[in-house]
Amino acid sequence: MSIFIDKNTRLLVQGITGRDGSFHTKQMREYGTKVVAGVTPGKGGQKFEDTVPIFDTVADAVAATGANTSVIYVPPPFAADAMMEAAEAGVALIVCITEGVPVLDMTRVYPFVKEKGARLIGPNCPGLISPGAAKVGIIPGRICAPGPVGVVSRSGTLTYEVVYQLTRAGIGQTTCVGIGGDPINGTNFIDCLEAFEKDPATKAVAMMGEIGGTDEQEAARFVKEKMTKPVVGFIAGQTAPPGRRMGHAGAIISGSAGTAAEKLEAFRAAGMGVAQRPIDFVQLIRERLPR
Amino acid sequence: MNIHEYQAKEIFRRHGIPVPPGETATTPAGAEAIAKKFGGTVVVKAQVHAGGRGKAGGVKLAKTPAEAKELASKILGMQIKGLTVHTVLVTPAADIATEAYAGIIVDRASKRAVFMVSPAGGIDIEEVAAKTPEKIRRLPVDPRYGLQPFEAMQLGFFLYKDVKQARAAAKILTQLWAAFNASGASLAEINPLVTTPAGDVLALDAKLSVDDNELDRRPDMAALRDETAEAPSEVAARKANLTFIKLDGNVGCVVNGAGLAMATMDLVKYYGGEPANFLDIGGSSNPEKVVNALRIITADPNVKAILFNIFGGITRTDDVANGIVTATKANPLKVPIVIRLTGTNEEIAVKILTANGFSAVTDMDEAVQKAVALAKGGKAA
Repeated sequence: MSIFIDKNTRLLVQGITGRDGSFHTKQMREYGTKVVAGVTPGKGGQKFEDTVPIFDTVADAVAATGANTSVIYVPPPFAADAMMEAAEAGVALIVCITEGVPVLDMTRVYPFVKEKGARLIGPNCPGLISPGAAKVGIIPGRICAPGPVGVVSRSGTLTYEVVYQLTRAGIGQTTCVGIGGDPINGTNFIDCLEAFEKDPATKAVAMMGEIGGTDEQEAARFVKEKMTKPVVGFIAGQTAPPGRRMGHAGAIISGSAGTAAEKLEAFRAAGMGVAQRPIDFVQLIRERLPR
Repeated sequence: MNIHEYQAKEIFRRHGIPVPPGETATTPAGAEAIAKKFGGTVVVKAQVHAGGRGKAGGVKLAKTPAEAKELASKILGMQIKGLTVHTVLVTPAADIATEAYAGIIVDRASKRAVFMVSPAGGIDIEEVAAKTPEKIRRLPVDPRYGLQPFEAMQLGFFLYKDVKQARAAAKILTQLWAAFNASGASLAEINPLVTTPAGDVLALDAKLSVDDNELDRRPDMAALRDETAEAPSEVAARKANLTFIKLDGNVGCVVNGAGLAMATMDLVKYYGGEPANFLDIGGSSNPEKVVNALRIITADPNVKAILFNIFGGITRTDDVANGIVTATKANPLKVPIVIRLTGTNEEIAVKILTANGFSAVTDMDEAVQKAVALAKGGKAA
């Protein structure tokens, strides 16, 4: 089992003929993901690698192929429109890999996607992978293995690092989700924790946060109040200089500076395991898995 | 991207916000000439991308043109939070009855742009938030409808009891909302928003930060960048498409990905060292980026050891290895280097490095411990 994506995922790639889109479509297909369609305006009627049909619009692609998930590799100026087009076409899960989407665009995209009832992951994220079943995005397949741990993270390569250490120690994963580090993104830690709590195959969760904002503190409260499964957390940026990654006014409005110390304290208060180093996940997760 | 007060004021002015006149000078004589032109008392204000200009002595009142010249000669060239002042804004001094605060920022919690206003202006808004939070009013704006007149009036009445002043403030807030959106801003601030003894409402200061992600589609905003006002190492990094922040330690770090870069800095500290920088070479693998990264890091005399931590996904580790070899052939390293790489094309990368006299490790903890020991002048374990 897994969350968000599995063997029933029918994937559509927006920007399938671009440099990143074509490269990662090949990788996703090699991993066994069912890529049923691609969209590039003006290339409708062509085929990707002689097999995947390409359409001019997402609506056409969904009508013809029954795609239920979309992954977006289009350049930043067009990403907001791509997310909205997918939501309007009825795609249930939209994963936006694109980095550099203007935040004011996201203030419009977020409520639009919500209204259409779609789930958005990202933007500026590595996507997700359910080892052995499906991969949507850019997480390298060979560092993952099927198993009982759910992984959720705000960053890309740090996710790889932790997943790699877990896999090397013989601990596999149900699903690894990179939610992205932008100020406004579609899916947050709590959405993923809730899904992992409901997924019978997930027995423990590894969560990697960063300094800034209050998402991790709210996630810790959710763990304390709603979760029966063990969660181990990590915060990147414990030594980062204050005030460089975020404006002061941002800290005020969240009612907090979003420091690492504050987040780690919230983790401890929620009874979560706290990893000081990425490697600590191995021991802390192992101790918490049912024997 | 930050822009200067005088640039932000120009944008505010174009949107109709009442802003006092002002001109910039880069020499004391220039400041004197502007003061003469305006007549009366003027304010000489340092144009620099740092908060707390007033406290640092970068904002002064001058009663005569001669005094403006003298003050400008002190302020020009002054260092404020490590940044040199190259320009001053000279503006007529306004008579002030009250000082308020008005700002807009993008709030990650409500996922909207949010107005913040406070009748307690002129001081750090952080201080107001900490000491008297009841004096701040927040209003998240629905992006589908924008700021509505009744919302602007609510904020106006929170600032002023007098209906004329409340209306004037509401108009300014509506204009500020337009300026914020038209500039692709992530923050817009008026601090202080003042009333004069005659009852007028004016924006005495202006601050505007532009979302870096907007710059490609807003060349007019990108053109406002003043590189002389930024730290030279950060300018070089941006030109090389790297994200770099200088710190005070001695272990120079080169990492791919912001999260892993921060985790690497944390691990340096965990093993008793101090990171010299945050440096993210990003996702794409281009040997040229590595060459630039090494040039920026080795320019810091504090760096006593260099640590590479690369987890190859999109980034091909052989590209990174080639970059290291190219860079060090052109400019031999004067400090030891520890290279950790794992992932895409790792075997090829290790071959390239070994053939050129470098060694590589695959474990992050091992690499960090080695780099920390070397920076302390010890031998690698």
